Amino acid sequence: MLLHYGPQLVNLLAAILLLLAFAMLSQRRILSLINLFAAQGFVLFLSTMLVAWLTGQNHLYGSAALTLALKVIALPWILHRLIRRLEVKWDVETLLNIPSVMLVGIVLVILAFNLALPISQLAGTVTRSTLGIALACVLLSFLMMITRSKAVPQVIGFLAMENGLFFAATSAVYGMPMVVEFGVALDVLVGALILGIFLFQIRERFDSVDTRHLEKLKEQ
Amino acid sequence: MLEAALTAWELALLLGSPLLGAAMLAVFGHRARAPELNAAFSVLTLLAAAALVARIVVQGPVTLAGEQFFVDSLNVFLVALTAFVALTTALFSRPYMRIERDHGRVTGAGMRLYHSMYQLFTFVMLLVLTTNNLGVMWVAMEAATLTTVLLVALYRTHASLEAAWKYFILCGVGIAQALLGTILVYFAAEKVLGAGTASLLWTHLDPVKDKLEPTVMSIAFVFLLVGYGTKVGLVPLHNWLPDAHAEGPTPISAVLSGLLLNVALYALIRCKVITDGALGRPFASTLLMGFGLLSVAVAACFLSRQRDIKRMFAYSSIEHMGLMTFAFGMGGPVASFAGLLHMTMHSLTKSAIFFAVGHAAQKAGTQMMEDIRGLARVNPTVGWGLMLGTAAILGMPPFGVFASKFLILTSAMAQQPWATPILLLSLGIAFASIFGKVQPMVFGDTTARRLPHSPALVPVFTHLAMVLLLGLYMPPFLADWYRQAARLIG
Repeated sequence: MLLHYGPQLVNLLAAILLLLAFAMLSQRRILSLINLFAAQGFVLFLSTMLVAWLTGQNHLYGSAALTLALKVIALPWILHRLIRRLEVKWDVETLLNIPSVMLVGIVLVILAFNLALPISQLAGTVTRSTLGIALACVLLSFLMMITRSKAVPQVIGFLAMENGLFFAATSAVYGMPMVVEFGVALDVLVGALILGIFLFQIRERFDSVDTRHLEKLKEQ
Repeated sequence: MLEAALTAWELALLLGSPLLGAAMLAVFGHRARAPELNAAFSVLTLLAAAALVARIVVQGPVTLAGEQFFVDSLNVFLVALTAFVALTTALFSRPYMRIERDHGRVTGAGMRLYHSMYQLFTFVMLLVLTTNNLGVMWVAMEAATLTTVLLVALYRTHASLEAAWKYFILCGVGIAQALLGTILVYFAAEKVLGAGTASLLWTHLDPVKDKLEPTVMSIAFVFLLVGYGTKVGLVPLHNWLPDAHAEGPTPISAVLSGLLLNVALYALIRCKVITDGALGRPFASTLLMGFGLLSVAVAACFLSRQRDIKRMFAYSSIEHMGLMTFAFGMGGPVASFAGLLHMTMHSLTKSAIFFAVGHAAQKAGTQMMEDIRGLARVNPTVGWGLMLGTAAILGMPPFGVFASKFLILTSAMAQQPWATPILLLSLGIAFASIFGKVQPMVFGDTTARRLPHSPALVPVFTHLAMVLLLGLYMPPFLADWYRQAARLIG
């Protein structure tokens, strides 16, 4: 029964992932943004588990466990600690023109589906229809990084982009070889830690973590 | 059997010594003798690299550790270059960082971070070069950004923090595109080689490259080009490069320019070989040529507007990386040979220039070119080092850069005549801008002060002497070696 609805369930989870990407695009509170990021990680974990179970690809259980440990537990925990220590927990960003950002986002989704079409036609995976959504998530996170001026949301955008890439790997090829997945996970974790240190240095120097202060270096 | 075991040991030493160095210096990096320890680990790495080179030149390509590592004449050449410049830069950073510490710009903890990350950075670059797995290559390339980002911000000034933030975000986003490219390569390879690690191994991909799905490979290459191209500093993805070079400590500028850019270009070349093989037409090569030419032209135009000396030479690096990318894009035995030769010459010359610039800036107490005057009078060796280095990088005849630039230009005339005027014009503009700015810095009156530690000039003149010698006489074994490597690029 579940096997029959399995692929549809994967599609449903993919759709939730896309919705979460849009929610992150328009979310102004830093705290809620981190929770959305954790939710995205959790949906990613569920869909990876489901794909692993549907296809019998055992190494995907490993990826799913890695996702749970890194993206649902470790990274949100680091981010929560970070915003508490940086005292930006209750910060609300003023985002200009949310509707037009959303419209640009929709255009990006269409673009992503077009780009994914030739690839997903060649894919032999049950999850190939979700490849477009994965690319859309990558592009939406990219858009989020561009539209934000505070450092922590930019970092979350960066991490969400990695979520999209992970999802792309699962939908196109049932995940990358384990060595690579571990390496990528290690890079992401170390990257997040370094960024944490780095944000403290920025705040110590500028008394804020608004990256608008970081626009002095320009060509004369 | 014995030889295979020896090669494995050499590789283990090559990768193990910087890794061990990083761990030890993370603890002892602030001690008085730490710079010497740093240099000692680099010597060990260079010895391992030399042994590996000797073996590969005799034996031909080898795969090691269950095919996870692969060494052929192309990457062993870069391994040797990387290990060598890493050592001379470690020697240069010995007095340089001591002076910075005396000036109060770096703390003890900063020195520990600096030394440890320096070794870790060497390790990840060697890992990019020797790994056979395109996925691990990506991981190591990202790690190269991570290890250098805190070093760019080492002085914790406004400008250096901003430069590091820009570096992190731009390279991070860029390299994420390369991950997508790698996923797509795996996707194409899985159809032919089946799922599993083997499908990402270069030695498995190369023989079956004509069977890979062309549409997927072309999309994959575009992503890989954006990703690794950001790290090469190709225009229009170059924004991070001048800032990171100008604001970080000078030894880091030297290794970023002299080594990291090469290593990123190496990754791009490997991807180009399989993409063109899959498509059966020079798709990747054409893209490389286009971006290379654009980088040369744009960087040349920006040179004359620079006021900070390290920024100016950073733009010069973009120009030279563009020239190499163009040469590799043209392809063919002569152009690839010229590209590899230019890579060597640029690494040696540019790091020598950064060494001289570092001391010059310490003397003048500023990096602004209009405030640095009369170096030849106060410290003739620093002044002449800078002057000779500048003459070399601009391609003045007796130096090796002349030979490689000349080869690139002549092969451009033969293969892509339309590009020659653009190249010549850009090189002319670059010459006028750089020479006009460096000349008054070296000659003329001065207010510069003496340095508390004697400057490291051996690395500067060693590099320049090598560039000069290679310009006058190229040993036959070296020419053979370049030819072998050029054949692999196609």
